[in-house]
Amino acid sequence: MRANSSIIYLTILVALVLQIIPMPTGVDAYRPDWLLIILCYWGMALPNRVSVGVAAICGFILDLLYGTALGVHSIALAIPIFIVNANCQKLRNQSMIQQVIAIMLLSIVHHLCIFWVQYWVVSLEFRWSLFWPTLSTIILWPWIFWLLRKLRRQFNVA
Amino acid sequence: MNDFFLRGPSLQSRLIIVLVVSALAIVVEARVNQVKSLRAYLTSFVSPVQYLADMPGEVLNWSAHRFSSRQRMLEENDKLTTQLTLLNGELQRLDALKFENNNLRQLLAAPVKRDMYKIVAELMSLDNNPYSHQIVIDKGGMNSVYSGQAVIDSTGIIGQILEVGTTNSRVLLITDTSHAIPVRVGRTNFMSIAVGTGDYFELQLQHVPHSADVREGDLISSSGLGNVFPKGYPVGTVKTVISDESQPFKQVLVTPSANMGRLKFLLLLWTADKKPEGAISSTELKMLQRTLNEGE
Repeated sequence: MRANSSIIYLTILVALVLQIIPMPTGVDAYRPDWLLIILCYWGMALPNRVSVGVAAICGFILDLLYGTALGVHSIALAIPIFIVNANCQKLRNQSMIQQVIAIMLLSIVHHLCIFWVQYWVVSLEFRWSLFWPTLSTIILWPWIFWLLRKLRRQFNVA
Repeated sequence: MNDFFLRGPSLQSRLIIVLVVSALAIVVEARVNQVKSLRAYLTSFVSPVQYLADMPGEVLNWSAHRFSSRQRMLEENDKLTTQLTLLNGELQRLDALKFENNNLRQLLAAPVKRDMYKIVAELMSLDNNPYSHQIVIDKGGMNSVYSGQAVIDSTGIIGQILEVGTTNSRVLLITDTSHAIPVRVGRTNFMSIAVGTGDYFELQLQHVPHSADVREGDLISSSGLGNVFPKGYPVGTVKTVISDESQPFKQVLVTPSANMGRLKFLLLLWTADKKPEGAISSTELKMLQRTLNEGE
């Protein structure tokens, strides 16, 4: 039981690395929300393992890595994961198209939360480029979903 | 099938706890100064992730070095030798000028300019956050980097150190919206403050009166006021000047001389009184060069 759940933390670590890996400036604006979708999958499949608390800890680590005020990303991750946790059974039974739409909305919520909290801490102006990562995120979701489900079944993560 | 029955507090109360803790963390960090050291400690705690993220690039670099052909290395060596000779030629002229300048300064009883000590640092990661222009470099408290230290590269001023970790530190770029640097227009000695706009290729000069003589193409360098950036390092060139009399000030936009999107090797500057281990000044560099030449 104990060893199996390590795969969850391994995927989260990979997501954290992917969040900060250096990319060319042009492509950087489209960096998918790796951590968000990986937490979304585990929050949907195993809500008793990955919940709001894990999301908040990941958020704090991301804040340290990004140099943003401590708490910005933990709020921005905890809220979408709360929504996923609360609706996990609905989400599991939805078709891929419906899931993609749900992920799109969650990603928008995530970025709006970051913007709102940052706006409260340091004043900044709204830009539409804020939502560009949402595009790459929804393209990525079906593949991540498939990959993580395969991993979950292979290693019997519970 | 009891996998979605939560143990412990309910989902709603968990969310509320997390939100309260996060909000508290934000407020405490903004108001209390003492937590800065705690943050530096936590930052060095997560730095392994940073190193992990940096690794693919390092491996690529290493393999590029390893597998680049002998021919190309020789060509590169030739090119670098030519460049070094040319630069040394330029340096000789600069040396004479520096000597003359110091002599004149002594005549005027003005303080003689001191050498700066430098250490080369390498870029580790660039933030993808559109609201903050920050980078992480591979030198930290162990190399006696200090908060507020000036960072330059071979083309101009990059920014200043924001947070110091044990082995790495975070640099705030001059293009960040929260950054301002005191500058001087080279042609007219007009003083102003260049503020970041959140665009990697643009700075804006603040409070430029309509009577000020600022033209497109003017070189902007650091003025040395404020004691963060040393005097005379290039900051940028004036890109556009919009003089609209209905506005209180001229709008002057500056292109930074350093390309913030393509940073790789950076230089950290120390004044003589804060000299760290392993740092070298230009005079020492010259002595080193002389001994190398004699060795040949």
